[in-house]
Amino acid sequence: MSNLYVARNPRVAARSLDGDMMIMSGQDSTLFTLNKTATILWQAADGATPLEQIVQRRICAEFEVEPGEALRDAETLARDLASHGILEISEEPIIREGAK
Amino acid sequence: MSNLLVEMTEKALARNIPLSVQLDLTYRCNERCVHCYLDHDDHGEMTTAEIKHLLDEMANAGVFILTLSGGEIFLRKDFFEILEYARLERQFCVKLKTNAIMIREREAARIRDIGVESIQISVYSHRPEMHDAITLVPGSLKRSLQAARFLRSQGLRVIIANVLMVQNLQDYPGVRALAEEMGVECTLDPTITPMMDGDRSVLKLGVNQDALRQVFRDQALVGDVDEFCAVAAPADDNALAALPCSAGHTTCYVSPYGDVFPCVQFPLPTGNVRTQRFLDIWRHSDRMNEVRSIRMKDLPTCSSCSHVGNCTRCPGLAFMEGNMRGPSSQDCEKSFARTGIPSANMLAKKSSPANLVQIQIGPMQPPIPMSGAIA
Repeated sequence: MSNLYVARNPRVAARSLDGDMMIMSGQDSTLFTLNKTATILWQAADGATPLEQIVQRRICAEFEVEPGEALRDAETLARDLASHGILEISEEPIIREGAK
Repeated sequence: MSNLLVEMTEKALARNIPLSVQLDLTYRCNERCVHCYLDHDDHGEMTTAEIKHLLDEMANAGVFILTLSGGEIFLRKDFFEILEYARLERQFCVKLKTNAIMIREREAARIRDIGVESIQISVYSHRPEMHDAITLVPGSLKRSLQAARFLRSQGLRVIIANVLMVQNLQDYPGVRALAEEMGVECTLDPTITPMMDGDRSVLKLGVNQDALRQVFRDQALVGDVDEFCAVAAPADDNALAALPCSAGHTTCYVSPYGDVFPCVQFPLPTGNVRTQRFLDIWRHSDRMNEVRSIRMKDLPTCSSCSHVGNCTRCPGLAFMEGNMRGPSSQDCEKSFARTGIPSANMLAKKSSPANLVQIQIGPMQPPIPMSGAIA
């Protein structure tokens, strides 16, 4: 059972280019584009919603995929995005002062 | 440019998205650089609320890279409020252009916390007596370099921009050495931009043909000199179908007064965001669409020039010479300095007297003041 929370890193730059999400890392200015699944994860990563809930409500609703497998893939993806400084992950809700 | 950025730029081009915008926050400045083409008086800058509204519109239009420049951006009391909004609320990739003399440790730390892609700082010489003689502000080099060190110590990417002029021609190796010692990047630009009222007297500060030739043969600058100075292959259909540059295609410029232009160096007014939506100007301005329609094959002189395949021709400088489809003489000089082969424009001028034309600003605005920052 995953109890991960994910939040968009406020230091990255991001823009949807007609459906393609462009992300520039705040760590080293590396540019990334996110695929559809990663874009859904990025957009839903508010720091307050558990990853498991994001997978159930957003990813499983969009793709025909078994929930357990989807969650494992989402965790791997979240950790990968976190390694590039795009997402932050925590086992506690991620709350920022002044966050909207 | 990274492959991914090339790919995204191509997508933006295909979808008519303004991927990159330079927004000048003010034309006021605390330096008085001898080559600057700006009117430094404030003729009614956009308010904080107007700028935030514009940032909302630009984000919705798909703008990703936002360059904040001026004038001196730190003269705006709301600068950090604007920067925070752009970065943290609208998630732009922000680049700053500044002389940096108002940046101390506290400001550097705040910029790091907000997160910017880069900070470009104008440095004209490694020698205070030369730099300060160009900015006309005693002590300005010391303060700019101190700021650059504060910014570097915060892990930020700093780029020293060195404009090459008659006065500081001999100093660029010193500036490059200084940049290397500081661990920052360095760019060199020999382009001097005319004043926006058409006054071209400032161009006398530009380096001459002999000096350009020497600079273009400096291996430390250009790498493989033979390759850099090679004559372009004859233009094929692809080269003639190419866009003259990104101005009006994936980039544009907005002045502190809300005027929108194809580029900071292309003073063709296309609309004003105080009375029109940014995206409407971008998509529907007749002038923007005219700029957009031009291909290399449409340039009467340049399309037949031997340099057309690798010329750095700036459509904005051509416009300031009187014709956006005409040659840009400064770029003709650069091509000649590189290759020793005169451009079609230079050959044509030899056979007819020079005809300097003062630029005509359209009916939308009086003469347009523009940014002092030169890329």
